Amino acid sequence: MTVLGDPALNRLERTWSDELDIRLTDTCLRDGSHHKRHQFTADEVRSVVAALDDAGVPVLEVTHGDGLGGSSFNYGFSRTPEQELIKIAAETAQRARIAFLMLPGVGTKDDIRAAQGNGGSICRIATHCTEADTSEQHFTLARGLGLETVGFLMMSHSQPPEVLAKQARIMVDAGCQCVYVVDSAGALILEGVADRVAAIVTEVGAEATVGFHGHENLDLGCANTVMAVRAGATQIDGSVRRFGAGAGNTPLEAFVGVCDKLRWRTGVDFMKLLDASEDVVGPAMPEECRLDRMTMMMGYAGVYSSFLKHAGNAAERYGVSGARILQMAGERKLIGGQEDQLIDIALELRAEQDAHA
Amino acid sequence: MSKQTAAIIGPGNIGTDLMYKLLRSGRIEPRWMIGVDPESPGLERAKEHGLDASHEGVDWLLKQDELPDLVFEATSAAVHRAYAPRYAEAGIRAVDLTPAAVGPAVIPAVNGDEHGRADNVNMITCGGQATIPMVAAVSRVTPVSYAEIVASVASLSAGPGTRQNIDEFTRTTATGVETIGGAETGKAIIILNPAEPPMIMRDTIFCAVGPEVYEEQDAVAESVHRMVAAVQQYVPGYRLLQDPQFDPPSAQTRGQTKVSVFIEVEGAGDFLPPYSGNLDIMTAAATRAGEGMAAA
Repeated sequence: MTVLGDPALNRLERTWSDELDIRLTDTCLRDGSHHKRHQFTADEVRSVVAALDDAGVPVLEVTHGDGLGGSSFNYGFSRTPEQELIKIAAETAQRARIAFLMLPGVGTKDDIRAAQGNGGSICRIATHCTEADTSEQHFTLARGLGLETVGFLMMSHSQPPEVLAKQARIMVDAGCQCVYVVDSAGALILEGVADRVAAIVTEVGAEATVGFHGHENLDLGCANTVMAVRAGATQIDGSVRRFGAGAGNTPLEAFVGVCDKLRWRTGVDFMKLLDASEDVVGPAMPEECRLDRMTMMMGYAGVYSSFLKHAGNAAERYGVSGARILQMAGERKLIGGQEDQLIDIALELRAEQDAHA
Repeated sequence: MSKQTAAIIGPGNIGTDLMYKLLRSGRIEPRWMIGVDPESPGLERAKEHGLDASHEGVDWLLKQDELPDLVFEATSAAVHRAYAPRYAEAGIRAVDLTPAAVGPAVIPAVNGDEHGRADNVNMITCGGQATIPMVAAVSRVTPVSYAEIVASVASLSAGPGTRQNIDEFTRTTATGVETIGGAETGKAIIILNPAEPPMIMRDTIFCAVGPEVYEEQDAVAESVHRMVAAVQQYVPGYRLLQDPQFDPPSAQTRGQTKVSVFIEVEGAGDFLPPYSGNLDIMTAAATRAGEGMAAA
């Protein structure tokens, strides 16, 4: 295997550990929950965890798409309680650690305790990227419980690097061990990723690591993630088969292939991951994650990827354009969690249509 | 009827906004503004409006020859828990705007009459004041097995207290949805949105009701409209954004009819900016609750 491009460019200044240059987290059992409309069965979770664990993916995230406590009218009810799925995942995994997501304002500290009781060992706490101070009590608790912690700065495209760095500082001071630049809308473009990751690396130095979570809405998942790693990110999210919200996440198997070519060590067996993708993850998906009118509009308008299915539902229910709902969601500067407002937008569009009929 | 006298404890944004509302009240006369910081602009402003202002705290107030009939607590839960017994000892009744929950929770449009004689009432949360009336409107007409509220507020209107205790908000609000709203099970979600210009507070209320209600929606819709009018009596900027929506029973609604109500709360702009309807509804509800106590 040859090193592509300039070898100096591919040498990493920051690495995850002596053995791994990058630690990967697959999120198809969490971010994929959106695409699956939160209908995962116990068997699906068991088989996906077994296959990805066998391929050597070191961290698997399992939760309702909107994090602990997300099962609701607003985000969709879970078919199987997420705590049950976390337990199954933890019992199934031989090597992989099980991560779970929580959003302050949706989930609570009690949910974190329950997830740990069910075998989750990495607590990922997500806030909108200007609201990091809502996570302090949860980081304090998680560290006190001995959980590994990750902080998610969602919708990172909406703020410049220096704002993100300040927010990262708040999380790290509260006990966060790794801050992720989260491109929830799939709206970041190459240097936009690198600059944000670099600003946080500079801010937190050796106190915490930095991660990147990409979406495919403008078809840049892998490319953006390479930029993130070169800028110093050592934890990376992806989903096998892109199984995630919007047009899906950074395709994990493709990214592992890229890492192999660049000689970045991930500890993941590319061939086994391809088999897992075809034989196990694919069959668990309702359909492939697609780059289409709706999902590209999300990247273009800077809309939270998990709005996709909800905008589709509202469009169908009220006979209006789903792409237009998403565009208005961008104009109204809605952020993650405000799925309810998509119905209000649909009703306004309906009233406009009726007025012109 | 002569007015009852009141002291406002806490000359911050909430206390100051409350002062303007109480100055307009026909039943309550705000006489004291109490703080702990001599530099507080809120104390200065209170003086300008003719109140006795002190930065020497509640201890100073309780040493005065004349004591207020009512106190409005706009400090923190810890402060109110510490002082509530001393107010009671002194025969002063308290309207508590903190999450301390020493006394029964009051939503004026729903259970305001029940607690007129209470010595201490709690105003729950801003999200609770905005949404629990809608849950109650539905549950008055038909049993609500589950209600969920989503409160979106402007980041600028959420202070450090809310931010550092966001679990307290969701828990307290969910409990109110059950105990006062009348839902069997309640859930609350809060979103802080940093959009510029700041967004006006918005709330969505989802209720799960029996499948048969889908065929007879009018009673629920009418009850919602009536309740909106009742809240508007003390929060003029409380608005229904859409007619209540009814979704038929399906797997997504767990076999129940789903009722969705969309609300916007614009503040009166007494002291706080109009987008912070979440703060306005607290001071407006506290004023109304205090007036109820003064009349009882």
